[in-house]
Amino acid sequence: MDKNKIIELKDITMNYEGEPVLRGINLDIHDKEFVTLLGPSGCGKTTTLRIVGGFLTPDSGDVLFGGKRVNDVPPYKRPVNTVFQKYALFPHLNVYENVAFGLRLKKTPETEVARRVGEMLELVDLKGFDKRSVNQLSGGQQQRIAIARALINNPKVLLLDEPLGALDLKLRKEMQIELKKIQQRMEITFIYVTHDQEEALTMSDTVVVMKDGTIQQIGTPQDIYNEPRNAFVADFIGESNILPGIMHKDYLVEFAGNNFECVDKGFSPMEPVDVVIRPEDIQLVPASDEVLNGVVENVQFKGVHYEIIVRAYSDTWVIHSTRAPEVGSIVGITLTPEDIHIMKKSDVKKVNYFKSESEAEASDIEQQI
Amino acid sequence: MKKISSKIYIFLVFLFLYAPIFVLIANSFNASKSRTVWTGFTLDWYVKLFNNEVILKSLLNTLIVAAIASVVSTILGTAAAIGIYKMKKIFRSLIINITYIPIMNSEMVTGVSLMLLFVALHIDLGYFTLLCAHITFCVPYVILNVLPKLRQMNRSLYDAALDLGCNPWQAFRHVVIPEIMPGIVTGFLMSLTYSIDDFTISYFTHGSTSQTLPITIYSMTRRKVSPEVNALSAIIFVVVLVILLIMNLSDIRRSKPRKKVKKGGTAE
Repeated sequence: MDKNKIIELKDITMNYEGEPVLRGINLDIHDKEFVTLLGPSGCGKTTTLRIVGGFLTPDSGDVLFGGKRVNDVPPYKRPVNTVFQKYALFPHLNVYENVAFGLRLKKTPETEVARRVGEMLELVDLKGFDKRSVNQLSGGQQQRIAIARALINNPKVLLLDEPLGALDLKLRKEMQIELKKIQQRMEITFIYVTHDQEEALTMSDTVVVMKDGTIQQIGTPQDIYNEPRNAFVADFIGESNILPGIMHKDYLVEFAGNNFECVDKGFSPMEPVDVVIRPEDIQLVPASDEVLNGVVENVQFKGVHYEIIVRAYSDTWVIHSTRAPEVGSIVGITLTPEDIHIMKKSDVKKVNYFKSESEAEASDIEQQI
Repeated sequence: MKKISSKIYIFLVFLFLYAPIFVLIANSFNASKSRTVWTGFTLDWYVKLFNNEVILKSLLNTLIVAAIASVVSTILGTAAAIGIYKMKKIFRSLIINITYIPIMNSEMVTGVSLMLLFVALHIDLGYFTLLCAHITFCVPYVILNVLPKLRQMNRSLYDAALDLGCNPWQAFRHVVIPEIMPGIVTGFLMSLTYSIDDFTISYFTHGSTSQTLPITIYSMTRRKVSPEVNALSAIIFVVVLVILLIMNLSDIRRSKPRKKVKKGGTAE
């Protein structure tokens, strides 16, 4: 696997107006890999992408392309192309000329330009749109043109900066599938930036979870979801109950006023820890003295399941179940040892993983750096 | 009732605006030198006008100065606007306010101070000083027209051009310039018209051989209003009118297809 490392980031740090944006990023990206940089706004994911693209020079650390240091190589000499957040199509050119832009700069013969533009428009399913003005296109169509315009230069790596952020949910889902298809058909590397955890899990071979300018975890979507390394990752990827606990000894943890068997070890005795439990892993049973009991505070229908808020001991639990208990009733909670994930105590508080408007603004600011 | 009174009001407004000009045009065809008596139709004044060397010479001066001044100030102003756009915030607002000063400032003050400057530098008043003065007051108009276009431009466009293989100069030529072109054109046209039109500043900075048309007309009317001036003014008015019509028509033609887009273009 190491042989086909295409991009390496080594100890990258970056400051913006005295504020650290990246604090020591180490990341290897392999050939034909779909890598997603995932994190909340301000985590440095767009900055990382812009460093790879050559729009920013890191304060320290090295960017290597195929083993060669490229810190000072300008964007127009790098074998990568970018799909920008707001597409950045050239409004004064029509669809054909937008896609042909890169080839024209290389003085490609007209017949070849025509052939390759035709191929690209076919790839993104916009055949026959050649003469249209880009302002005439919908968001989804503009997105496809932006992808075609980047791919026509045969980049080794395509960088995508929240490319689906401006699309509505249904179109976003369609484009996710399409992007993955394009990546597989072209057999090139994609580096994809998003704050949408579902998007990251759907498309990626490798997910890089970032926070505050550091990498929290690198792994396959399955790894990240099933084996989150810390409470932040657990909370950011999917929903989680994060409860304060104490590790009594290997395989025994105390939380919510009870001792539970677990599968984790290697903590010092009586170490305070975070206990992470996925809402769908919790079993609701009739209340009894054998199990942890709690009062149902709220029940919401979510389509596939009910989201049930239970107050047990001094904690609030989020539980997903296909059956809805009555609000105010007392229920029992059971867990198997495999469902209990023990994490080293971190200062991470609850993360808001729902997109908000301030999120979009913050990433705009990040982009302007 | 309301409709009629508003129509009368508009009629009066236009009457006040255009009556003097029509009187002037009518007088340019009046055989009599008097401005009050109509003694018959003639084209004599036009013939005399085109035989008047002083007027023709100053017309040529005006056009040459306006052409050079507006081209130079368009280049300088566009470059300045780009520089200002890239500046840090504090400097940017400072420089923008400084560029407003020549526009807000009394032309009289600008003219006198430019003249004093040229005299202090021992530069003889003539073509060169006139040109410098015109460029000075035209540059701010270009800056103030180009700057908003730069601000409207999507910042990623420049990055996108670099990304697709442009070096900075190519990115500027192929992407930035087309984006800010409307601002450049407006700035150029404003410079051109202000330069042709300018009297006050030219008055202080021209030399004996570099009289512009407004100055010649002014010195002709000082003795008495020669009907030749009427003829000249009539021609200038018609030329401006035609240019305005052409610009408006091309604007209408350009904005028409855009409207169609809005109707049918948003559906996916």
